[in-house]
Amino acid sequence: MRAAGANLVSFITIGVLVGCGVTLLLERSLSRILLGVILIGNGVNLLIVFGGRSGEAPVVGVSDEAAMSDALPQAMVLTAIVITFGFTAFLLAISYRSWYLSGDDEVPDDIEDREIVRRTAQHEVSAADLTGEPPTADPQQVDAPAPPREEGPG
Amino acid sequence: MNTLVPLPVVLPLLGAALTLLLAGRPWTQRTVSVGCLSTSLVVAVVLLVQAYRQGPLVVQIGGWPAPVGIVLVADQLAALMLVVSSAVTLCVLLYSIGQGQAEVGERSPVAIFHPTYLVLTAGVCNAFLAGDLFNLFVGFEMLLAASFVLITLNGTGPRIRTGSTYVVVNVLASMIFLISVGLVYAATGTLNLAQLTARLDALPGGVRLSLQLMLLVAFGIKAAVFPLSAWLPDSYPTAPAPVTAVFAGLLTKVGVYAIIRTQTLLFPGQQAGELLMVAAGLTMLVGILGAVAQSDIKRLLSFTLVSHIGYMIFGVGLSTVAGLVGAIFYVVHHITIQTTLFLISGLVEQRAGSTDLRRLGGLARLAPLVGVLFFVSAMNLAGIPPFSGFLGKLGLLQAGVAVGGPLPWTLVAVGAVTSLLTLYVASRVWNIAFWRSPCQTVAPTAPLPALMVGATVALVVLGVSLTFVAGPLFDVTGRAAADLIERTPYVRAVLPGGAS
Repeated sequence: MRAAGANLVSFITIGVLVGCGVTLLLERSLSRILLGVILIGNGVNLLIVFGGRSGEAPVVGVSDEAAMSDALPQAMVLTAIVITFGFTAFLLAISYRSWYLSGDDEVPDDIEDREIVRRTAQHEVSAADLTGEPPTADPQQVDAPAPPREEGPG
Repeated sequence: MNTLVPLPVVLPLLGAALTLLLAGRPWTQRTVSVGCLSTSLVVAVVLLVQAYRQGPLVVQIGGWPAPVGIVLVADQLAALMLVVSSAVTLCVLLYSIGQGQAEVGERSPVAIFHPTYLVLTAGVCNAFLAGDLFNLFVGFEMLLAASFVLITLNGTGPRIRTGSTYVVVNVLASMIFLISVGLVYAATGTLNLAQLTARLDALPGGVRLSLQLMLLVAFGIKAAVFPLSAWLPDSYPTAPAPVTAVFAGLLTKVGVYAIIRTQTLLFPGQQAGELLMVAAGLTMLVGILGAVAQSDIKRLLSFTLVSHIGYMIFGVGLSTVAGLVGAIFYVVHHITIQTTLFLISGLVEQRAGSTDLRRLGGLARLAPLVGVLFFVSAMNLAGIPPFSGFLGKLGLLQAGVAVGGPLPWTLVAVGAVTSLLTLYVASRVWNIAFWRSPCQTVAPTAPLPALMVGATVALVVLGVSLTFVAGPLFDVTGRAAADLIERTPYVRAVLPGGAS
């Protein structure tokens, strides 16, 4: 049976898959991001398949050589499917672990960045930086006595 | 001699399988890992010598001829990258073994560390040797999959938080890369890099430019070039020190390598040169200004890492032989030095229990050797004259001056400013963490494990010795860059019949 080649319908399908995937990827919840990755992955795999010549099964002796489809994109798509599958499994594991640890699977903000913004707002830039004083002797670091270390070796 | 080419990929993969089987026997596992990486270092050196003497070495896997089958190509650039990356991964492995010995009580999952680390190495080597775009993609995915496991090692809260950012961004980059691979195949009917040189030239300019930009975006995310770099300083610092070190040294440089390879071989000419230079300038400035604001050594180093990626992209953007020579030399220098600095921050953490500058002080007296190591490496990074950082920056700035024009001159100025700001950042860390008086009574800890210190010393020595071998090294990078610009040696080695 001769498959239809690259046509408008196939490209619309790819576009819809990738578009929906990108929308989901913009969400904060890891499980939605995971769905987005799956959709984009499928869209891209279709794109690769349609990139090759369409035709009959590329098996010597079964079909005529001139009518064969391009086997190379099919081989590449197999590899890509395996890789996307592995990444999907890992993302699933991470979102489960994140839910297990914190009760939700949202991708949070960069904590350190907020911290630096906060300290900048309070002018907590250390004047002790370029002198030899310990931080306790620095009058500007009013609230800077660092929180106690969580644990000390030995 | 060509049979040696696949070894840097095959050996670590075999080692990964073996170490997974030997999970219950830590000492055998360590011996296997160290043996694998030492052998691939030797192989890489032999490959470099051969590639230097007789041009690119090509292996067609499975005996399939070039345009259809998978080819591995070890030209001078690839072999040089292999040598540096093998040396660095070996040192980091020794360091992590030393650290593992120190942490025996903490049940760290060393069992999974060794196999994953070896897969990471195999992926990096595969990306360097790949002779077609799809194999390059596979190399990237190998190293990414391994890096996902390493960055979330132990699955603690902070590592999962930063790891999820890292995973999502890199999966997205892989998708963009895969889309470009699909489009390149649809447009040309081949993915073999040598054959693409001819077929891409025949494409209409617009199609060619859009393919070039797609690939640039994909590699730009992996290399952390400015608008695409925000993920890096957020995700690297929470991983264990040896993991961060090898990521910082190698993973971004694989992206830079891919940019160098594709821009010179597939898309020669100035088309994206100006774009690359603007991105390079912004990367340098934004990165180093970010570093100035940080108060944690590891985060600060992550920002300097982003910043110095800009130097290499600048060299590529110039698209002259001199620019590429500078960029390749800088990649070699930066792989070594950035890994070293992260290993040293690991030593600081081991000794003082933290890398937060607000808690550190007096380390120069507490740990004089760490102080010396940090000082030498930080001066090397900032580009103080006797060190290789100076030579690399000088080469790049000279190349920029030689091209001339407003944009290259701006970049030269930005490069000089970035170098000075790096010096400021380095001296800030030195003054606070090492020089000022201790801020609290640090509990006397056990001495640093000899293997950790030894591995770090070895890398510092490697970084300093780059100065002494700078002459031969510039010779190799010069010939590699000339080959890249000329393109024909690579194409002729892969397709003796000529590309069509």
